[in-house]
Amino acid sequence: MISVSPNSASEKLDLANLTDEQRALEIKNLSLYYGEDRALHDISMSVPKHGVTAFIGPSGCGKSTLLRCINRMNDLVESCKVKGDILLHGKNIYDKGVDVAALRRRIGMVFQRPNPFPKSVYENVVYGLRLQGVKDRRVLDEAVERSLRGAALWDEVKDRLNASAFSLSGGQQQRLVIARSIAIEPEILLLDEPTSALDPISTLTIEELITDLKQKYTVVIVTHNMQQAARVSDQTAFLYMGQLIEYANTDTLFTTPMEKRTEDYITGRYG
Amino acid sequence: MDKLNMGKHISNKFNEELEAVRNRVLSMGGLVEQQLSDAITAIQTADVELAEKVLSNDHKVNKLEVQIDEECVHIIAKRQPAASDLRLVIAIIKTIADLERIGDEAERIAKVAKESFSNDQQQLLVSLENLGHQILTMLRKVLDAFARMDLDAAYEVHRQDEQADRQYEALTRQLMTYMMEDSRSIPKIMNVLWSARSLERMGDRCQNIAEYIIFFVKGKDVRHVSPESIERTVKGDKAP
Repeated sequence: MISVSPNSASEKLDLANLTDEQRALEIKNLSLYYGEDRALHDISMSVPKHGVTAFIGPSGCGKSTLLRCINRMNDLVESCKVKGDILLHGKNIYDKGVDVAALRRRIGMVFQRPNPFPKSVYENVVYGLRLQGVKDRRVLDEAVERSLRGAALWDEVKDRLNASAFSLSGGQQQRLVIARSIAIEPEILLLDEPTSALDPISTLTIEELITDLKQKYTVVIVTHNMQQAARVSDQTAFLYMGQLIEYANTDTLFTTPMEKRTEDYITGRYG
Repeated sequence: MDKLNMGKHISNKFNEELEAVRNRVLSMGGLVEQQLSDAITAIQTADVELAEKVLSNDHKVNKLEVQIDEECVHIIAKRQPAASDLRLVIAIIKTIADLERIGDEAERIAKVAKESFSNDQQQLLVSLENLGHQILTMLRKVLDAFARMDLDAAYEVHRQDEQADRQYEALTRQLMTYMMEDSRSIPKIMNVLWSARSLERMGDRCQNIAEYIIFFVKGKDVRHVSPESIERTVKGDKAP
C-alpha cells in the first residue's frame, strides 16, 4: 500500500490532494504487464507542475518502466500491456487516437547514455524542429541559442556549433541531448538516470541544470543515486517490486519515511 | 535494540561505526553519572578528596565529547546517513552536548563540597541532597532510555522534570528564609543556592535528552511544544 505523508510546512505541496492547477500529470491505477509478468501494480500518483519528481528504488523495481509509460515508450516493447490511465490535462494518453509522436513532443525524454546524432551540434539541437518542418534560419538560430543556454552549454560550444556532436565530452553530450529535448518546448521532461554514465563534476553540472529546468518544465527523473534524488528533487516516489511504496516531499521522505521498506532502502539496510 | 535496528546495514563497516559511537555515548553517560553521584556524596559526607576527584575527572568528559563529535562528523561525511541513521547521529550530537554541560554542573557542585559548613547549616545540605538524588535518578533513567531508545521511559523522565522544578522552588524559598534570619550565612547559602540551581539545570538537560530520544524514535521535534502535544506524539502509534 502507498502512504502519502502529511505535510508539516505550509509551502510543501499536499501530494494526495493536488489541485488541477498544481498538477502536471496524474497516474491512475496503472498496471503494466510484460506478457504474463506484472511489472507495475496499480500505481496512482500525481506529478506536480514545475517541480522535480524523482523515482527511486532497487534495480528491477519498475521505476524506469513507470517513467517510460509517461511518454508511451513501452509501446515499442512487444508483449507489453498497460492498464489504467495517465492523464495529461485531464486526457488519458493511452486513449485510442492519441497521436504518439505529438505526445512525445510534449513529453521529452533523456536517457542514461548520451545519444547525440552523428551530426553537428547545431543540427542536433534543431533536429526536432526540422522534423516539424521549420525552415526559417532565424527561427532555428534563435532556438539553438535558447536551448543551449537553457541546457547550460551555450558558453562552451557557441564557437563550434558546426563541430561534430561526438567531439564533445560525455557531460557536454548529455547537456546537448537535453538541449535537443527542450528545443521543441516540451511540457514535461523525463530523465532516465541522466548522470549514471558521467563523472562527479559533470553530474553536479547536470544537477544544477535540472534545478534551472524546473522553472520552465516539469521534470521527472529516475535515479539510482539516492543522494542525487535527495539533492535535486522536490518530491520522491519509492518503488519496490512494481509497487509504489511511498510518495512524499523529498525532505520528509529522507528524514522521516513512514514505511519500513523505504527506511531500509534509503539507509542501506537489507529488509 | 530492535528499534535501533543498527546491525542490518549492507555495509558492515557502517554498522561498526554507528555501534562504536553509540557505545562511546553510553560510556560518556556512565562517566557523567559517576561524576554527579560523586559530587553529591562529597557534599553529603564533606569529603574533600572525593570532590577533588570530581574536579580532576571533568576533562575526561570533555575529551569524550570532542571524540564523539569527531566520529559523528566522519559518519556524516563518509556515509551520508538518512532517515533513522541521520536522526540517530543528530540525537547523539545533541545529547553529548547536554551531557557535557551536566558534567560541568557536577564540577560546580564539587567545588561547593570543598567548603566547610557549620552544624546548623548541615540542614540546608540535606535538602540539597534530596534534590540531587532526584536528579541523579532522572539522569540514570534517561541514559537507560537512550541505551534502549525507549520512548516510554524517555517520556517518563520528561514529565519528572516538573517535580524536580517544584522541589527546586521549595528549596529556594527555604534558603531565602535562612538568609533573612542570619545575614552572616549569606555567602555560604549562596553557594548552596547555586548548587541547587545547577541541579535544576541538570534536570532540564535530562529533559532535553528525553526530547532527542523522542525525536529519534518518532521523527518529530518536540522541543518548545505543549505537554499535550508531546503526549500526542508519544502516544501516537504510527512510527515514522
